[in-house]
Amino acid sequence: MNITWLPFEWIVAVRFLREGRLQTLFILGAVAIGVGVIVFMSALLAGLQSNFIRRVLSAQAHIQLLPSPEAPRALRRDEASGVQTTLGSIIQAPLQRVRSIDQWQSVAAQIRAMPDVMVVAPVAGGSALAVRGSASRSISIAGIDPVDYFRIVDMSDKIVRGTSRLSSTEILIGTELASDLGLGVGDKLRVSAAGGVAITLSVAGIMDLGNKGANQRVTYIALHSAQSLFGLPGGVTSLEVTVRDVYAAQTIAQRITRLTGVQADSWITSSAQFFAAVSAQTLANRAIRFFVALSVAFGIASVLVVSVVQKSREIGILRAMGISRGQIMRVFLLQGGLLGLGGAVLGCLIGAAALLAWQGYARNPDGTPLFALEFDPVLFATALLLACITGIGAAYAPSLRAARLDPVVAIRG
Amino acid sequence: MHRPCGLHGWIRWWRFVDETSSEVARHRADPLASAVVQLDDVRKSFNRGTPIETEVLHGIDLVLPRGQFCAVMGPSGSGKSTLLNIVGLLDRPTSGRLCICGEDTTVLDDQALTRLRGLSIGFVFQYHHLISAFTAIENVMMPMLGHAHFPDPQMRERAAALLADVELAPWADTPVTQLSGGQQQRVALARALVMNPALLLADEPTGNLDSRSADAVFALLRRFNREQHMSVLFVTHNALLADRCDRTIRVVDGVIGA
Repeated sequence: MNITWLPFEWIVAVRFLREGRLQTLFILGAVAIGVGVIVFMSALLAGLQSNFIRRVLSAQAHIQLLPSPEAPRALRRDEASGVQTTLGSIIQAPLQRVRSIDQWQSVAAQIRAMPDVMVVAPVAGGSALAVRGSASRSISIAGIDPVDYFRIVDMSDKIVRGTSRLSSTEILIGTELASDLGLGVGDKLRVSAAGGVAITLSVAGIMDLGNKGANQRVTYIALHSAQSLFGLPGGVTSLEVTVRDVYAAQTIAQRITRLTGVQADSWITSSAQFFAAVSAQTLANRAIRFFVALSVAFGIASVLVVSVVQKSREIGILRAMGISRGQIMRVFLLQGGLLGLGGAVLGCLIGAAALLAWQGYARNPDGTPLFALEFDPVLFATALLLACITGIGAAYAPSLRAARLDPVVAIRG
Repeated sequence: MHRPCGLHGWIRWWRFVDETSSEVARHRADPLASAVVQLDDVRKSFNRGTPIETEVLHGIDLVLPRGQFCAVMGPSGSGKSTLLNIVGLLDRPTSGRLCICGEDTTVLDDQALTRLRGLSIGFVFQYHHLISAFTAIENVMMPMLGHAHFPDPQMRERAAALLADVELAPWADTPVTQLSGGQQQRVALARALVMNPALLLADEPTGNLDSRSADAVFALLRRFNREQHMSVLFVTHNALLADRCDRTIRVVDGVIGA
């Protein structure tokens, strides 16, 4: 009691915990394991999710703006009487031609001005036939501005040969297409669109998109070349958008539609099953964390209930000395908080050690980590705070019981 | 009360919340009141409103003047401990009036009673009831610490002086679990005296001690009673010790006998 800055309640709480050494150590161990599990699982699942999302969203935009689909219109004729009648009873869905987004430059400018938006890239895309000698393959062409588009789809780790720089006479093709048509960097390839326009391009780079189908079909050419090929002078068939918060993509897409009148689809709707899997994983993680925290709370509460019974005579004598009910209550609340905090500090260390061990253990065949794990300080701070709150909450009932002890009964034992 | 600001602001606020309802007993009851304890027709019943309701004290009238050393005798179950609990503000009478140092305790709430008890009354029990997690000097400091919230060097000096008075200075920093029964009871006595109370309630403090230790504890009680002019209610079954008190009252079947 030589320390003069600690108030009465702290001194008594710390001494009571120190006196019940074994009991305190066991519950600290239980809290530490619980917090360690929460920290480890949260970091692991967060890393896993961000890895999934990074892999999926590094090959596609978060939001895609497309021209409105052409709607079917019934043919009508004005009768002499002025009454309009429908000529045909069967309405056939119209063909969806390759069309440009109306006023796309101003739409893109509006979207770029939104604070949540990072990149807006125009794309003129369509299908074509790649011909080399007697061999041909159907391909999907995306006409892009490389400066903007490659900020959305990171090409740096996908190019296996050549370069991702594109001039108006160059094309990027996948490894499968290169193999099928016997193409190498610098080779010529003739590309014909359905409209009859054909251009000859040289292969600037060969890419591996991580999917055989994509490597067979996906190609990139310069935006101007694609506009010429598909007969879209100055037009684009889509605007690709990335946002800062990928989980807010749906909300931002709705806002873009309201603002511009152009249909905007987010990755959340276009990859609904993937998003549902991510959401289910998040929910499962929360449920596990909740039940672990609950078991920690019950552990602390049970130890403190036993402590109140063990200390009832001492509580009685403290009350006889003039110690208030509030002070007695705070002594036990503090014990709960200290057990939570102490256990959480140990738990954070256990969690961090487990994460380091995981990083060393779970590796790709090439020796690189399976996925990057983040040591998020916010996660550790949150774990500490929540463990403290859980400890104090768990101590509430025992501390209330201690405060309500009748000193006469307590002293008599 | 202003919104708390900074650590000291919060500490003041904490104390304010803890003490607001103790305004009545914010100050110690009149230390110069001639009667330290006054009971008027005090009754105490247990299991009230049930078929097994039992009245343990039947209209006790008692005045304990300042500085009087009064022995309380009586057979087991006569109501001595109940009387002591009521006088010590650990229990409330069912009816009647109890004044401590001139303060009518029947109008005080629990917080105020706690504060009055802490400032004006010291307890020594048959069992020492020391707090095993603390050393001898820390146990003696405990009532002062509970009252002042933060320890300070003066508390330690006061506790050390009292331990020297009860001849336990060399054991000041010894955990109380390592002391003998007589030493533990002397630590409990020092703790009861540390707030310099107007009234000391001793419930058979020598009951568990050998005759030599019992004599030593009684001698200390008598000494503090004389030196500090402190009133003492001393429950005992030992007639020899009772004879050495200023006055002896006998509680028989819940009433004070002749």
